[in-house]
Amino acid sequence: MNLDHEQAVNPAKRSYYRSLRWYLIPGVILVSFAPMLLVGGLVLNQFQRSYSDKVEAHLNELVLKHKQNIDHFLEEKTADLKVLLKTSGIQRLRNEAVLARKLAILQTEYRGEFVDLGIVNDQGQQVAYAGPFKLDQANYSQAPWFKKAMNEDIFISDVFLGLRGLPHFIISIKQQLDGTAWIIRATIDFVAFNNLVEAIRMGETGFAFIVNRKNEFQTTPPADLSSEKPFFQDLLQAPKSPMDAVKITRQQADDTGGMLAGDEYIYVASLLKNGEWLLVYRQNTSDAFSIVRSAINLTLVIFAFGGLGIITMAVVLSRRVVGLVARADMEKELMNQQVIETSKLASIGELASGVAHEINNPVAIMVEEAGWIQDLLEDEVFEKSQNLDEFHRALGQIKTQGSRCKEITHKLLSFARKTESSNQQINIDQLMTELVDLTTQRTKYSNVKVSVQALDDLPEITASSTELQQIFLNLLNNAIDAAASSGGTVTITTRLEHNTIIVAVSDTGPGIPQSNLDRIFDPFFTTKPVGKGTGLGLSICYGIVKKMGGNIVVSSEVGSGTTFSVSLPLVQKQTLPQKSRARF
Amino acid sequence: MTEANVLLVDDETDFVETMAKRLTKRDLNVSKAASGEEALEVLARHSEIEVVVLDVKMPGMDGGETLREIKRLYPLVEVIMLTGHATVRSGIEGMKLGAADYLSKPCDIEHLIAKVDEAAQKKRRHEEKIQEARLQEITLRRP
Repeated sequence: MNLDHEQAVNPAKRSYYRSLRWYLIPGVILVSFAPMLLVGGLVLNQFQRSYSDKVEAHLNELVLKHKQNIDHFLEEKTADLKVLLKTSGIQRLRNEAVLARKLAILQTEYRGEFVDLGIVNDQGQQVAYAGPFKLDQANYSQAPWFKKAMNEDIFISDVFLGLRGLPHFIISIKQQLDGTAWIIRATIDFVAFNNLVEAIRMGETGFAFIVNRKNEFQTTPPADLSSEKPFFQDLLQAPKSPMDAVKITRQQADDTGGMLAGDEYIYVASLLKNGEWLLVYRQNTSDAFSIVRSAINLTLVIFAFGGLGIITMAVVLSRRVVGLVARADMEKELMNQQVIETSKLASIGELASGVAHEINNPVAIMVEEAGWIQDLLEDEVFEKSQNLDEFHRALGQIKTQGSRCKEITHKLLSFARKTESSNQQINIDQLMTELVDLTTQRTKYSNVKVSVQALDDLPEITASSTELQQIFLNLLNNAIDAAASSGGTVTITTRLEHNTIIVAVSDTGPGIPQSNLDRIFDPFFTTKPVGKGTGLGLSICYGIVKKMGGNIVVSSEVGSGTTFSVSLPLVQKQTLPQKSRARF
Repeated sequence: MTEANVLLVDDETDFVETMAKRLTKRDLNVSKAASGEEALEVLARHSEIEVVVLDVKMPGMDGGETLREIKRLYPLVEVIMLTGHATVRSGIEGMKLGAADYLSKPCDIEHLIAKVDEAAQKKRRHEEKIQEARLQEITLRRP
């Protein structure tokens, strides 16, 4: 068998091999994929979970720390103010000069976190003021903070614009003096406070901000979050948790407003300032868990390449396995076919030789009897007979036909007898003539002209005459069949080319379409009607020619004919052991 | 030339009969045998037979065996093989066993006669030589 003909399998077998392949491929893929997916998935899942835990714990810690920082900041400022009040008293502080001195001290100590100081009476009238703004005698009686400040001893306001038109917030302490309430009010620099919160930044999208209970931003978030306000409301409304608790929420962004639709954000929130404010840390989940994401991406890439490799391997492997199976099957089948063919040929040969021999004797007797009559006619008794010439002619005819019979039987005998495949010296041209003679009967009825053209003086070739007869009789029969449909001609040309004998069998038949041309040497491929051809002829030819170290090629043009060219090397490579070469 | 003495051996008696008639008509002395065994018997009785025309394929003793036997018993008798299959091989086989020539059936009568004559000549030449040698031996015999 030749590698070119690995695909030379009949359709039923082909579908069997295909199903075998489709049976193998998923198996291999499944077995390879399952552990990979399982291990990969488990590891990834574990990693993701532990990493998420870590990130969340970290964020928790971060937010908690900052919440404490901010609370601490506010407490500190309040404490400062308390100390100021205690040490100086409202009485002294009502003096603007004293107030200014105290402010200067605070500002140097706390790097300008205190913007100004003011003393307000219970009517909301600012009686003393120290600071950069012209707010002496300002009346706060209508300011919301003043109302609240009058109700509480210590009050920290939300951020508001106030009279000065700048965002700020106020810490106020109320003290009774001489039966009336006095309030000392300090403005905290919004920028300084803001920095405290804005310092919480992580990754590319992580930042923090504060909202109050009215859902107003107490710091300026670096991104527009107005669309998320309802969500903060939810956070604020959540059942009041202990002050040091941190709430972690993940929220899918809806496609309203500034957030990118589809992004998921992680919110870490904690209440501060006695539950009035909410510190929110917000980060894009994919940013927060970027390592997990890159791990997933890496895993996916590995899966993709690994999967590709596995699938390729599965396909290649199964193809190879099925190829081997197909090859083994085909070799077996061909071997069987060959055995059948050989025994068939042998029995036909025996039969033919028996018949030929039995016919030969009666023919010999008939010819002899005719000869005897001819002898007798030479006697003078018959000399005057009218029809003497006719007698002679008829007897001559009997003799001629007798020798024709003899020739036929002899050819039959010689062809049938040569079934042994021992190598001998063979004259190709002579063999061709012999074969053409054998097919005379067929060609006569199908009106095909067969001619042999010897272009070169061929040397004898060492080969098995049986095999050569088989090759060329097959080709000749096919050519005659092809030519018969159009009453054409078959031409056999023999020539010598570089120590190779080339025998071309050409017919002027209808030709072979390209689609069939590729499969023409496939075993069991036939275009003849059922029962007329085994589809083995050409494949056996192919096998024999290959075994002899030669080659057989076909060229055909639809409508103008087909040529099979067999090249046989004069010096055969007999060194190749037969067993290693698959045999047809 | 004197007519040759021929023995025709073939299991096809019809063939032998006709052939005998035709050869007799051409001035040959013809004996007939239908089998190898019979041929040997005839040879034993008729020492004058010079040429045997022997069919290869016969029931019982076939052509090859008969040829061997004839050559063993009567080395000078020439044998022409008549083969059913006109192939060089069976002819060569016969020649190797000592046959003078071979012909394929059915054969041309003139052709056969030519071969028979040739074989008879050959036999006679051999016999002459042997006779000469014997004569010489006798005449030169020392007392």
